Amino acid sequence: MQSPFSVSLKARAIACERGGRTLFEDLSFALAPGEALLVRGPNGVGKTSLLRQLAGLLPLAAGGLEAPGAAEDMPVSELCHYVGHLNAAKNALTVRENLAFWTEFLGHGDGDLAGALSAFGLEDLASLPAGLLSAGQKRKLALSRLFAAPRPVWLLDEPSVSLDTAAVKRLDDAIREHLEAGGVAVVSTHVPLRTKFAHELTLDFGGEA
Amino acid sequence: MSAALTLLRRDVILAWREGGAIGVALGFYLVVVAITPFGLGPDLNLLARIAPGMLWVALLLAALLSADRIFHNDYEDGTLDVLTTGPLPLPVLAGVKCLAHWIATGVPLALLAPVLGLLLNLPLDAMPLLVLSMLVGTPAVSFVAGIGASLTLGLRRSGLLLALLVLPLYVPVLIFGVSTVSAAVVGPGSPWPPFLMLCALSLASIVLAPIAAAAALRTAQR
Repeated sequence: MQSPFSVSLKARAIACERGGRTLFEDLSFALAPGEALLVRGPNGVGKTSLLRQLAGLLPLAAGGLEAPGAAEDMPVSELCHYVGHLNAAKNALTVRENLAFWTEFLGHGDGDLAGALSAFGLEDLASLPAGLLSAGQKRKLALSRLFAAPRPVWLLDEPSVSLDTAAVKRLDDAIREHLEAGGVAVVSTHVPLRTKFAHELTLDFGGEA
Repeated sequence: MSAALTLLRRDVILAWREGGAIGVALGFYLVVVAITPFGLGPDLNLLARIAPGMLWVALLLAALLSADRIFHNDYEDGTLDVLTTGPLPLPVLAGVKCLAHWIATGVPLALLAPVLGLLLNLPLDAMPLLVLSMLVGTPAVSFVAGIGASLTLGLRRSGLLLALLVLPLYVPVLIFGVSTVSAAVVGPGSPWPPFLMLCALSLASIVLAPIAAAAALRTAQR
């Protein structure tokens, strides 16, 4: 289902500034294909900001991002699947239409709608408007986007919020399969996952990393 | 290209399905124009003379009613973040969303205008030019509204502020739109010079407004 990836992700001395306050600085890591990074730390320390920086949604206050192994002219943000706190689901569209849109928009023609629908078992809900879904089901819809289009870097910000135990296990397996295919993942979470994280990053107040 | 078309199709479907947007704009247009004769009295010559101006002003206000939806809904549910990681550069993304607003709002309003023209005693032979001028003028309306919509992202009740920001920018569109139709109604002179200016305004805003909107979007995402 997934094409094997061969993209690494490197951050060189990046810093983050929010509202005149430095959240962290001089943060570096390198993820080889198949490696995952677990980001931990107390609330407000900059976990979400870090993930948004990796996705290209926040500017880097300093440093740089590289993705060796990707096409030269490919911006890092286009290699990334970003699943943040918001689900990016359209209430007026059905589950199938929501995923079909992301498949076509993000997939460059090699998206996989059937795979995305079955990834978290949403086939039975496919013709239901997303507005009728429960919080957990909406979360599954957001995570199904990961399967709608093959992208090597997964950025998951608290992905397990409002998921039931079976879905958390499914998510855990999905991340592992992604890593086995050579993908890279950066996950910020407070629940224990069985996925083996090659690197662990604990952010702390005072700009320490 | 296919990503842009996908986005365009989705936005038009959403505008249609989420209701309100198109229906409210058309209803507002109808009501504003319909109450004008009550305020001005039944002087048919007067109505015919002010019809082009009334139709254009009411169209601008009606188009602005749904303008804050261009980016607001996508911003609020996180869709904008994911769209940004897609294959389209941000200015193209902003442009496609403005284009969707034009298809969903500008075109229906322009097509409704001749019906409303009847209410204001606009001569029948001016109708084709009325529709034509509105069809080429409304892209400028939607694209400039996109700048306002992106600047007011994240603010509560942004609709009024948006109107305040954007309405002054509509003055050129209004002037050339009205003079195109007026030239056909009362003369003298040809309607084509102001019509061509209207085309130029639309073309310029199609090119420039997405760049401005993209800059504002980037700031809003921080």
